[in-house]
Amino acid sequence: MSATEDRLRDLMVRGQDGDEAAYLQFLRESSPLLRGFLRKRLVRLPDEVEDLVQETLIAVHNQRHTYDAGQPLTAWLHAIVRYKLVDMFRRRARTDAYNEPLDDSIDLLSGSDDAAAEARRDVGKLLATLPDRQRLPIVHVKLEGLTVVETAQRTGMSESAVKIGIHRGMKALAAAIRKSGTGP
Amino acid sequence: MRTDDLILALAAGAEPVNVRAARWRYLTGLGAATVVALLLVTYWMGVRPDFLDGLDLPMFWFKELFCAALVVAGLLAMVRLARPGIRLAWAPALIAAPLLAMWAAGILELLATEPDDRLPLLLGVSWSECPYNIVVLALPVFVVAIGLLRRMAPTRLRLAGAAAGFTSGAVGALVYSLHCPELAATFLGVWYALGMLIPTVVGALIGPRLLRW
Repeated sequence: MSATEDRLRDLMVRGQDGDEAAYLQFLRESSPLLRGFLRKRLVRLPDEVEDLVQETLIAVHNQRHTYDAGQPLTAWLHAIVRYKLVDMFRRRARTDAYNEPLDDSIDLLSGSDDAAAEARRDVGKLLATLPDRQRLPIVHVKLEGLTVVETAQRTGMSESAVKIGIHRGMKALAAAIRKSGTGP
Repeated sequence: MRTDDLILALAAGAEPVNVRAARWRYLTGLGAATVVALLLVTYWMGVRPDFLDGLDLPMFWFKELFCAALVVAGLLAMVRLARPGIRLAWAPALIAAPLLAMWAAGILELLATEPDDRLPLLLGVSWSECPYNIVVLALPVFVVAIGLLRRMAPTRLRLAGAAAGFTSGAVGALVYSLHCPELAATFLGVWYALGMLIPTVVGALIGPRLLRW
């Protein structure tokens, strides 16, 4: 347990310093922990698990400046995934209030294995709804692997506009995920 | 999008993040907001003319210490609530201590006062304007504090909003003491506390709405 803590903490701190490989490794090693945590708590909502893993990863990414190397990393990660879990329950409670008559039947359907295998929310589709100044930098840098300089040349944006576009776009994506809602 | 692809995308081109920037923003943001409050009290309400005479009185320093301690305590609570996974620890006790000290002083003061003089002691000369003025002077810090929290990642939104509101109220009270002539512990324990309570409640009410992420 403390070996995991030390390792993740080290990867995160290096990631904060701009070590991309360490950061990638951090996300790769964190996601099974998040998935395990969520799966245990969402036994009755198995098809929410992967959506929430993705939402939590984006939150971890957007909030990684709030991790202070002096605090336990697992406590930080746990607080974030717990927050996202509670947030999802709150959203569902709100949606359920409007959909009460349908609730029972949908509960039954989502219990089956096929429903669990379905990916419900596509982050890629939400990305497509962002304005160009945010979407293009994310697509070029994050999905196609271009550098910021190359992206600036290709889009005609300035380098700082590309960076700002990524930053704001990722926040906008997190907001779009929240609004896209969950539940039936 | 598969989770593995999302992870690749998140890591691709990830820029270094400045962990210390938050501290700098707290310092400059809250500092600037406090200056605005100082300007408000100086040019709008006015520093009271006998302010320097008060510097000899122990009760004046008790009052200033009371407000300053609550500013520090509120700030510590807010800063801790701004990051995921940090416990409040002793922050609530730090907030409670100055309040309890002031209330204890107020009770002693009331006991030492003739029954007929107790109500004037409680109301002072400015009870009706005091909480209102503190709330007005709290506003700049309130707005900035909520803005700062929005750039962080509080996970207990109601509490974080309350801490931001309380901190702003304590700054408002500290700044207001430049104008306010009252020195009775009974007065301060009630009306100053009320002035701080109002932004605290407002913060708790709007926290869940404004601080979501």
